[in-house]
Parts: sequence; C-alpha cells; structure tokens
Amino acid sequence: MRVIATQYAVELRNITKTFGSVVANNNVSLNVRSGEILSLLGENGSGKTTLMNMLAGIYFPDSGQIIIKGTEVTIRDPHDALALGIGMIHQHFKLVDVFTAAENVALGLEGKEAFNIKEISKKVRAICERYGFDIDPAQKVYDMSVSQKQTLEIVKVLYRGADILILDEPTAVLTPQETEKLFAVIRNMKADGKSVIIITHKLHEVLEVSDRVTILCKGEYIATVETGEATELSLTEMMVGAKVTLDIGRTEPVNPVKRLAVKKLSCRNHEGVKVLDDINFDVYSGEILGIAGISGCGQKELLEAIAGLQPTLSGSSVEYYPPGEEDKPCQLLGKSAREIHERGISLAFVPEDRLGMGLVGSMGMTGNMMLKSYTEGHSFFLRSKEPRELAEQIKDELGVVTPGLNTPVRRLSGGNVQKVLVGREISSNPAVLMTAYAVRGLDINTSYTIYHLLNEQKEKGVAVIYVGEDLDVLLELCDRILVLCGGKLNGIVDARSTTKEEIGLLMTNLKAGDSNNG
Amino acid sequence: MMTLVAWINRAVWFGTVIMFASLGEIITEKSGNLNLGVPGIMFIGGFAGFAGAYYYENAVANPNVALIVLIALLCAFVAAGLGGLIYSFLTITLRANQNVTGLALTIFGAGIANFFGVRVLNGGTSVKATFANKVFTAKIPFLSKLGTVGDMLFSYGFMVYAVIILAVVIHCVLYKTRTGLNLRAVGENPATADAAGVNVTKYKYVATCLGAGLTGLGGVYYVLDYGYGTWSTANSIEALGWLAVALVIFATWKPLNIIWGSYLFGVLYWLYNYLPTILGITIPPYATQLIQMVPYIVTIVVLVFVSFRKKRENQPPASLGLAYFREER
Repeated sequence: MRVIATQYAVELRNITKTFGSVVANNNVSLNVRSGEILSLLGENGSGKTTLMNMLAGIYFPDSGQIIIKGTEVTIRDPHDALALGIGMIHQHFKLVDVFTAAENVALGLEGKEAFNIKEISKKVRAICERYGFDIDPAQKVYDMSVSQKQTLEIVKVLYRGADILILDEPTAVLTPQETEKLFAVIRNMKADGKSVIIITHKLHEVLEVSDRVTILCKGEYIATVETGEATELSLTEMMVGAKVTLDIGRTEPVNPVKRLAVKKLSCRNHEGVKVLDDINFDVYSGEILGIAGISGCGQKELLEAIAGLQPTLSGSSVEYYPPGEEDKPCQLLGKSAREIHERGISLAFVPEDRLGMGLVGSMGMTGNMMLKSYTEGHSFFLRSKEPRELAEQIKDELGVVTPGLNTPVRRLSGGNVQKVLVGREISSNPAVLMTAYAVRGLDINTSYTIYHLLNEQKEKGVAVIYVGEDLDVLLELCDRILVLCGGKLNGIVDARSTTKEEIGLLMTNLKAGDSNNG
Repeated sequence: MMTLVAWINRAVWFGTVIMFASLGEIITEKSGNLNLGVPGIMFIGGFAGFAGAYYYENAVANPNVALIVLIALLCAFVAAGLGGLIYSFLTITLRANQNVTGLALTIFGAGIANFFGVRVLNGGTSVKATFANKVFTAKIPFLSKLGTVGDMLFSYGFMVYAVIILAVVIHCVLYKTRTGLNLRAVGENPATADAAGVNVTKYKYVATCLGAGLTGLGGVYYVLDYGYGTWSTANSIEALGWLAVALVIFATWKPLNIIWGSYLFGVLYWLYNYLPTILGITIPPYATQLIQMVPYIVTIVVLVFVSFRKKRENQPPASLGLAYFREER
C-alpha cells in the first residue's frame, strides 16, 4: 500500500487484462471524483464490464495500478472491494428469492450483537428514505419487480457502507419510468458525495445523467470527455471506432426472389415484456441479410419465432415462399419446429456457451448429425450409416479437428464445435439459413472459413440471415442490414452505402416518435 | 380404550425414530444436499450406538446410567456423522451425483452394520442390551402413573421428549439466527451466498455431517427403545429410513411440521394393527402391507397439493440436489 496524491476517489492506471490470447483490456486508464457520475461507454465486447469487474474484485488485472482515495491497493476478491467501499451491481441479481428484502440485506453479514431482523429492517428503511428508494423490507424477493430487485441490490451495497457504486447496464431491464426513478436516486447519491460509475451503451442516458464519459472500444481506451461538450454523434464516432477493412469477398445477389415475408411480428418473454414489437421485413434468396443490434434486443427471439421455437402474439405473420413455388406462400407460424425445418428453414444459433442450442455435448459428431435425421427411414433401428458419412464429409470439408467422429463434441474446441453446428445446418440444403453469432469466440482464420461458407450458400441461392456482433463484418459480408433496437425494427440499410456511425446510431437510438414505449 | 392407548404409544415410539432422522435430513437438505443415504446412516448409527452400549454393559459389573446413555449417543452420532462425511466428500468436494451417492450410502450402511453385527451376534440370531434398553425406556416417575393421561403422554423414554425440544431448537436456529439465514441461503442460491461472503463449502459440510449425526440418533433410538434393545439379523430400519425422507417432503422442510407429521406417520403406519380391533373387524393378512403404504400415499397427496398451491415457502430449497461450483473464467 502506497499513498499517492490524487484528487480522485478511484483511479485506474494502465490496466491490462487478457483471457488466454484475447486482450479484454489494453492499457486502460480511468478516474472518478467523489460526488461524480461517470459513464463507461462502449459496444458489446469493448471490455467495460471486465474493467469494472477488476475494480469489484472478480478478476485480477495482469498489470496496472488501482488507486482508491489516494492509496494504491490490491483487490483480490469482492470482500476486499467492499472493504474499500466499492460495491458493484451486476446485471444478474444475486438475491435469494424466498427471502425478504431485509433477509437478503442481512445475508452474510457478521456481527457480535444478537441477530435482529427488525433492527436491520429499520436501517434499510432509513437508507431508503435518505435516497428515495421504494422498498418494503418485509417483502419477499419473488414478489418484486425487476426494478425493485435492482433497488434492493443497491440498498445491499449501501448498507455495507459502499461509497463507490458501479452499475452494470442498470437500465437494460427497466421501463422508461423506472429508469427515470433510478436516475433520480443516482443523483441523490451523487449529492451525498458518492462516486457512481454506470456501464452503458445508451447514448441518451449518458447525456442525461453523467458528468463525464469514458469511452472504450475493443478493449482500448479511447477518450474521456465532459458530458456537456459531447453530442450523440461525437460519442458514436468514438464508440464504433474507425472502419477496418476485412476483405471478405462479397458478390452481387443473383436474381433475388422473395423467400420470407415477416409481418407485424410481436412476442413477449415470460416476464410479459414485449421483446419483439411489430417487426416487418422481407428476406430474399441469394442475399445475406445482416441483423445488428445491442445484445438482447430481440435477435434471438426473432430467429426463434421464424424457426417455430418462440410463441408469437396474434396478428403476427411469417410467410414462406418455397423455391419453385413462389406463387404459393405458406404461413410458418403455428407449425412445429420440425415441420418448419423440413420445409427448408434452418437455424444455427451459437449461444454464449456454444453447446446450449442445437448440439448435445456428450454425443459425438455422428450422434449430433442423427439428431436431425432420426425420423427418416422406417426400420425400428436407427440408421447410422448416412449420419456417419455426413459427419465424415463435414469433418473433411470444413477441416474439423477431432480425434474421432464419436468423440463427444464438448471436448472439441469452440471453433470446431461451431463448424459442426453450421456444417450440419448447411448439409440439409436449406432454402433459408439463419445463423446467430456464428463466429462468436472464433479466431480470424476460422471466422473467414465461416464467412466463405455463408457466401457459398448465398451464391447457391439460399436466403441467409446473419446475426452478428461485429459491425465491420456486417458491413462487408451482408447485402442489407436490419437494425433492431429494444425489440423494434429501427431501420434497414444498404450495407454497401451505409456507414458504421449510421448503424451505431440506429442501434443505440430509437428513431423519433418510436421512443414512447421503447 | 386400551387399544387406542397402545396405538398412540406405538405411534409415538415410531414417530420418535423418524423424527430424529427427518430433522437430520432437513438440516442436510437446507444446505442443498439431498442425502438419500438416510436408511444407511440410521443403520450405521443404530449399530454403533448399540455396540457401544452392549460392550460397555457387558464389560463392567455395575454400569452407570449417565455413562451408558453418553456412550450410546456418542457412538451413534460420531459413526453416523462419519457416514455424512463420506457423502459430503463425494458430493461437495468431488461433486459426485447426489442421488447415486445417497443410494450407494444406503446400501453401504446396511452392509457395514450387518458385517460388524455378525461379530456382536457371535453366531446367534439376536442379542439384547438389557441394561441400555432399561435406561432408554425408563418412564417419567410419578407422571406416568396418572392413569390414561400418564400412559399416553408420560410413559416414554427420555429421547421422546428430547427430540421435540430438538425440533424447536432447530426451528429457532434456522429462522432466528444468522447461521440459519446463511444456511438457508446456501441451499436456495449458493452463488448468492458465496458472493455475500458465506463459506458455502463449510456450511454444506457441517450441515450434512451434523444432519447425518442426528439421523444416526434415530437409528440408536430404534435399536435401544423401539426395537426392545435387541440387535438381530433381520430388522426394518430401512423402511423407517425411507419414511423419514418422505416425512421431510410431507413437512415441507419445516422442523415444526415434523413434530406432528412424524406422529401422524406413526399412527398411519400402525393403522393395520389397531384399527380393525377398535372397529371390531378382521382383515386378511395380505391387506396389512397395503395399509402400511398409507404414509407414502399421504406424502404423494401432500406433494400434489403443495404443487397446486404453488406457495414458494413450501417448495424444496431451490438448489437441492445440485453441486455448487464457483464460476471461473
């Protein structure tokens, strides 16, 4: 511990953190004063959360200094962080559902005096009054709304004496009214002399609530600006970074024909929140339609609704124009996932854990091929010859590195797992191929293999839908890009003529007139 | 009237056995560990307690009352606790499947108890710890002489009363102390408890071993009181062990419900023996086992009922049966 003269409550100097070969943060610096609200702005994967996790004691930096209130410190775990007055509110709440608010606050607290939940409730109430929270200490967590749970998380860290609060995308789960309430509370905390860091990618919120903004892009520190001097455009430019040329070959679509017509598609998640709201677009053969958006804006639900895995609200319609019978469109909604797949619509979704959807981790390549074909044939026994041949073919053509066709796919590296998944979907000769995050976590070379696969499909006349995270890739791979923002369609742009900034703005900003219930 | 009193006596003895086991299992399950080794642990505890008492009373000329109680309880508690330790090591440290481990422990417990039982039996089919049985069944003086009331309420050994106090104590610890709050959090949401600074591994180990120890006391009570102080080649500990597991579900994981639930199970289990006499009817022998199923059926009915009501407080601990490992990246 070394005392360092500083005017800041928190100072991060030259922090670097790598996960394997991936650099999550490279030489990032940041500082916050007492009684100040700082926004940490960046796209998905720009390293915002990783950086803050190092402050909260979840990760340990590879190099760099952390200085809290003028003392250089080492933060090894969340306890160290809390002891220094740092409290982080994560996106996924850490609360026990069957406990009351007060019990959740009391959890893990040590003390010599007798355990008295009434005393704790009283203190919780005092904190609520001081900052304007709306929480009943006796209420059970399972009865709470998302916003109340978030409030409870904030109360929990305040109860433990935190004066540096980090909020990880706090408004992602809130309605506009709840967001307003949260901002009021944050301003109260600021007035009380606390330092608040908000991780976000919503520009209007940055401009509304924060004093200064620090911008990260792809793990690099870009700049820190006074909010008063920033505009949405200037922030977007810094956030998306300069355009990078990737050299992904792109051909002109050859006589595109309408394949899918999505009309008035809406659906709700299990909490009853509308995750897709009145989506209208067409998909053409021989083109790649990109879908861009901040994560969790309805991409998954959109693809699942088309594939028959997601219930939709009445009035929604997805019409399919089969190849050769374009004059006889059929309604896909209401059909089972298997039926839709048999009609030639394929979905290769790569979730964060890669094995969550579509592949069975403990089965080999052959077994996973069989998942799509086990209903074929009329014999009582499974036909394993064709799936084995298919697995062999995918292994050779895509260069899957595996000790054997029966090695559980879980033991393969991420890139190989994704090749198996995409390869299987392509092998069924689909008319519409939907992929989501197909290059998630892949290295450059493997990513290019996947891009070429998709381009090949496009040239064969397949309608390809590509949900991606990297804007540079979307701009070079796709023909058109559809931008989702908070479950709404915020625009479809021509990938050849648009700019990164335009897409960035569409992703973060609902068009005027649409924002009343976003 | 005589039959009714006898029936109640039976139910209370029976209830005491499964109450010990169920209380132990509640503590275990509150930490998120579903220990299906209850019958095996009761076997281990029952045998260890019996063997300790049996060797002690045969080794000294004038056995001491306090000492024989202490020896029997301590042997049962420690031996059964060791069974819990095996379970803990396998499921918490090695993260083995909890169901498989529990069932294996049931088989292991019965096997090891019978293996060492052969030495105690010494060629016979049953041996009796006479003095220990006398101590464990000693009725409360004076109060037990109060006619029917005395027979119904005060004519039992000390463990019958001890277990009721134990249930109340466990209730208070679970719901009124920091330790109880932390333990319940571990069973509900270990990741949250971990983030809040609760040592999840420690809580799981202690709760499981302590729970197994209490389960073992049920075993020793079974042998020294319910089973008339005899260890024999054939006994029905296992049936009672499974009923204890069912009772935990029946009581919706609440210690106070265990008190009346266990006596109810006792009444239902012995229904076949007393109710026909009271009603003055005879039932064919093959029907008795059908009637003995009643407690299990009641448990299923309760499960259905609880799942209809969907009250969150009546659900099992949310992470029951799941191994916990901290997310590492």
